[in-house]
Amino acid sequence: MTAETAATAHRPRRSGRTRRPLLYIVASLGLLVMSAPFLWMALSAFKTKEDLTSTTPVWIPSRWTLENFTALLDQLDMPQYFLNSLIVAVLVTVSNLLFCSMLGYALAKLDFSGRSKVFGLVLAALMVPGNLMILPLYVLMNGLGLIDTYAGLVLPFAAGAFGVFLMRQFMLSVPDELLEAARLDGAGEWYIFWRIVMPLVKPALATLTIFTFLGSWNNFIWPLIATNDPGKYTLPVALATFANDPNRTVGGGNGMLMAGSLLVVLPVLAVFAVLQRHFTQGIATAGLK
Amino acid sequence: MSLTTGPAASAAAVDKSPRGGGSSGSARRPRRSLSRHNLTGWLFSTPFLVLFGVFMLFPIVATLLMSFTDFGARDVTRPLEADFVGLDNYTRLFQDDKFLTSLFNTAYFVVVGVPATIVLGLLAAVLLNNGIDRARTVFRIGFYAPVVTTIVAVAVVWRFVLDPSDGLIASLASEVGLTAPDFLGSETWAMPSLIAMAVWRNLGTVMVLCIAGLQAIPAEVREAARLDGASGWQELRRVTVPLLRPTLLYATVITTIGYLNVFEEPFVMTQGGPSDATLTVSLDMYREGFNFFHMGYASAMAYVLFVVIMGITVLQLRLLKDNTR
Repeated sequence: MTAETAATAHRPRRSGRTRRPLLYIVASLGLLVMSAPFLWMALSAFKTKEDLTSTTPVWIPSRWTLENFTALLDQLDMPQYFLNSLIVAVLVTVSNLLFCSMLGYALAKLDFSGRSKVFGLVLAALMVPGNLMILPLYVLMNGLGLIDTYAGLVLPFAAGAFGVFLMRQFMLSVPDELLEAARLDGAGEWYIFWRIVMPLVKPALATLTIFTFLGSWNNFIWPLIATNDPGKYTLPVALATFANDPNRTVGGGNGMLMAGSLLVVLPVLAVFAVLQRHFTQGIATAGLK
Repeated sequence: MSLTTGPAASAAAVDKSPRGGGSSGSARRPRRSLSRHNLTGWLFSTPFLVLFGVFMLFPIVATLLMSFTDFGARDVTRPLEADFVGLDNYTRLFQDDKFLTSLFNTAYFVVVGVPATIVLGLLAAVLLNNGIDRARTVFRIGFYAPVVTTIVAVAVVWRFVLDPSDGLIASLASEVGLTAPDFLGSETWAMPSLIAMAVWRNLGTVMVLCIAGLQAIPAEVREAARLDGASGWQELRRVTVPLLRPTLLYATVITTIGYLNVFEEPFVMTQGGPSDATLTVSLDMYREGFNFFHMGYASAMAYVLFVVIMGITVLQLRLLKDNTR
């Protein structure tokens, strides 16, 4: 139904005009269903204890308040968790951008012995479930003394197969003639990679940035395992610990949880909103075949 | 820089690459140029391969080795002292009712969740790409927002949505005189609730992939179909879906892999309950490994899941690719 009307609307001359409002109604209903939980979260963050514990759900706060945020900042070291999440996400993203691009460049543009084997390895790695490696990874990190360190949180995600795949696909579309001309002018491979290819693949870099940053920011299971010291908790781990804390007061506690969740979600939504256009373009150009 | 290659060397390399044009100067110094590009290629690959080797390949092999041992809490600090037990862990697994339940639950999650996610994601993409041109960004961000939200926040909100006494669905139901079930507390409803939550959360990924795919389809193709008098439904079935096949294949494969690994939803929402109704393989593995420190046993579990995932992925790639022709 939805799809039919969606496709029909593309014929403005025949029936588009009459169908278009219907499409907006369908899309708006979809938007409402998709975002209702968010609206609830965002609004609840500003509610008083009375509104939060009311037996009939209150959507719009009867009195807007910031007390959930202040209570949260009082009880939890939010700036520290925020900083931890940010440091880990930035390091993971930067290292993925660099290392995945380098290998992507080699796979797309450099002819070296073993190239097809390396690419095969990357494709196989795409299929390996992340949870498979977690037990020995824990033993390894424990042995290296990296539990409760940034290195322990970053290293396992510092270079992912998806990034290589994406960058390779995208770099295939960079014309060989361009690289050839640069080589004839005496440019080295590093210069070509850094100064010619990287600027040309910005949409792919934007895509990879979003995917990696979000993945790291929202990553839950590994930080849960790799940290014991609350000083090294990332935001999701800290919030989950707080959510499961039996001492959390029921009414106000929920408000604090909503406030905390809102603080976690807003930065990534902002990043996505800014990079959204390049993001889709990046996926489209890479083809993902 | 140390990675510099001479112009002649690169000409030869381009000639060898499948996409390169036939440059005539290449035949002269093939050996030297190959070795030079060899070095460059490997230098560019090394950082990734080192990280990959230490943090992925090694753990994969180690998991396999651990699965043949009775690796337990005491072995975490002295891994080499774990005792070899052969196939014991694997034979035990298939007599373990709890594990069989978790396999069944995981299959349930995949069989219902994957088609729902793919179909709804595709429909959302078609709707937002072709039907909507005003406020497009708002719609896209709204549909994609659940993807970028941390599971903890999602859990908080969905607990409210599903709460049997004063939750969103319960109060909507009571308005029309119905009583909502205790979603998360009921053995029948807990799993469908988690699936609904996962579909809600992952639909945006499929949508973004499909929008990207749709934008890669030349507008003329769709126009031609319309001029030939195809209805909207026909256009979707006969033109859009076949041309989106590579995207849909990719989306199906990653969604299936993700759902076979499903861990976060049951972990934060139900802890596997009520009475193991939402215990998935990954959650079972996590518990055996990190709560009970039966790491050898948990490793065997991880490997069974790995083999299942590999099998299903290869099967999907075959089935869906063959249908193209």
